Amino acid sequence: MDKFTTLTGIAAPMPLVNIDTDMIIPKQFLKTIQRSGLGKNLFDEMRYTQDGKEIPDFVLNQPAYRQSQIIVAGDNFGCGSSREHAPWALLDFGIRCVISTSFADIFYNNCFKNGILPVVLPPEAVAHLMDDARKGANARITVDLEAQTVTASDGKVFAFEVDAFKKHCLLNGLDDIGLTLEKAAAIDAFEAKNASLHPWA
Amino acid sequence: MTAPRTLYDKIWDDHVVHQAEDGTCLLYIDRHLVHEVTSPQAFEGLRMTGRKVRAPEKTIAVPDHNVPTTQGRENPEQMPEESRIQVAALDKNARDFGINYYPVTDIRQGIVHIVGPEQGWTLPGMTVVCGDSHTATHGAFGALAHGIGTSEVEHVLATQTLIQKKSKNMKVEITGSLRPGVTAKDITLSVIGATGTAGGTGYVIEYCGQAIRELSMEGRMTVCNMAIEGGARAGLIAPDEKTFAYVMGRPHAPKGAKWEAALAYWKTLYTDEGAHFDKVVTIKGEDIAPVVTWGTSPEDVLPITGAVPSPESFTGGKVDAARRSIDYMGLTAGQKLTDIKIDTVFIGSCTNGRIEDLRAAAAILKGKKIKDGMRAMVVPGSGLVRAQAEEEGLAQIFIDAGFEWRLAGCSMCLAMNPDQLSPGERCAATSNRNFEGRQGRGGRTHLMSPAMAAAAAITGHLTDVRELMGVEA
Ligand code: SF4
Repeated sequence: MDKFTTLTGIAAPMPLVNIDTDMIIPKQFLKTIQRSGLGKNLFDEMRYTQDGKEIPDFVLNQPAYRQSQIIVAGDNFGCGSSREHAPWALLDFGIRCVISTSFADIFYNNCFKNGILPVVLPPEAVAHLMDDARKGANARITVDLEAQTVTASDGKVFAFEVDAFKKHCLLNGLDDIGLTLEKAAAIDAFEAKNASLHPWA
Repeated sequence: MTAPRTLYDKIWDDHVVHQAEDGTCLLYIDRHLVHEVTSPQAFEGLRMTGRKVRAPEKTIAVPDHNVPTTQGRENPEQMPEESRIQVAALDKNARDFGINYYPVTDIRQGIVHIVGPEQGWTLPGMTVVCGDSHTATHGAFGALAHGIGTSEVEHVLATQTLIQKKSKNMKVEITGSLRPGVTAKDITLSVIGATGTAGGTGYVIEYCGQAIRELSMEGRMTVCNMAIEGGARAGLIAPDEKTFAYVMGRPHAPKGAKWEAALAYWKTLYTDEGAHFDKVVTIKGEDIAPVVTWGTSPEDVLPITGAVPSPESFTGGKVDAARRSIDYMGLTAGQKLTDIKIDTVFIGSCTNGRIEDLRAAAAILKGKKIKDGMRAMVVPGSGLVRAQAEEEGLAQIFIDAGFEWRLAGCSMCLAMNPDQLSPGERCAATSNRNFEGRQGRGGRTHLMSPAMAAAAAITGHLTDVRELMGVEA
């Protein structure tokens, strides 16, 4: 997994609320057995017509936003299915950070496993950044994970909260499984205890 | 004396392997369910790192999401190439890693959340995970069950644990009894209508109250199934005599002395008097009506007696979202819900694909025909549900009414297999998601109970099932 430290980039405004994982990556693209290659189908049904032509109005099709690395989104981003194809598709497109007032739980967790930082900010802050994002390539937003801040193009700084463990893993690009396997003795002990306490489990 | 604990607190406490200073826990996982769509990359990860499945005996795999539900499907030629590769990958992974497996040729195959309880894998007090958000279904047994992403699937395969932070406790109480024609599906949709799709974010919900106690296990599974649609990590219902009776004798349920020991433990699984909930929602059972969704979010719920709302009746970002929904759904504000015409009816899914659901739909359809030109299908949740429905004569009722009688799978719930809506096609569905394009690009989905879907199949429009049942609204 790639590290995430700081990022300065163009942010795409997507004010719609409840953007679900079916919108982020429709199910017909879930048949892959790989993690890569989903970026071209990110937001597929909003981005292309039925016969595969780009819909010019859609934000990521506009020249200013084709290189976006950040999305500023409406409430409850990533709701719906647990598909990790959603962060895979975002990542493959080049999105490394999503900013919203709230995220669905599973999507939020999935982001961290893939080097994407989901940032939760209060509504006023998201509104400010949304306005900034609307300025296209003229406004670059900076996200600093170490400092836990987002800086708008006018220099306004917003602090955000993030779980210390998740932050540590993302800053260092750590693989959870490796970390957990270091606790194998504790898992063995739990299993031994459980076998006598709950032998049916 | 320890402080009073909720049911969630108790199950959590009994599964903590390790707790870090910041409260991050390593939680032991008792059952891991696996399906073909969200697991290939996880198994690939194991192979690349040379890791094994730590507890293959606690891991259960079944293909369900993109298998065809038409006859002759044992023949892989029936599947589009990509689906075939995915199912073949699950087949190979199950065998290579030695995990429990129900292939499509096995009568026990079905939707993973139906198979788990049916085979007795899901037991009270367990932690259950699956790379699928509707894992919450298993909470009906008083098991802590939730969906995980593929990276977490790999983590559980390799370590039989999950890194978790504890959620907050939320109580949803449904007092009193339901009125005739009102079902578990109406409860769960009404709760989401009241709290919103983000109302449960950060919480584990415990459903309680008389109306919940009065539900069968099937009904309780329907309620918990949609906890995720309310944003919650999981939904739980304390186990009781109904739970124990359902579990007893299932293939993987404990037997003999182990059963007695398990039962004694299960009886301690309830929320203690005075335990703290961070959020409480109370709904009167009598106030719940048969409901349908009108929009493209499960929170867009209204009693069938209502009308399509105007976008201006909402606030904030929801105004635009409602406008977009109404436009997508091809409706107009103020239109009566019962005036909405339906092209297709889908009865099935992990929300409503169990025997009781089929009974409820068949009771409405008995001796009737579906509207001319209507496309209607029943997709039982598992091969065993299908066999039982045939034995009870339900299958014949569906067939006589004009329904297609399918093999088990997810089918049109997410339309990854060939069962899809075409653009503009409008479907009355018993599944759980009405997102844009969920059942096929441009397809329009109205969620409702099996009885309501059956009623719509007969009349050709959204219908108050109570009229067909001869009970008062
Ligand atoms: S029936 Fe639908 S919601 Fe349930 S597991 Fe299958 S696809 Fe998911």
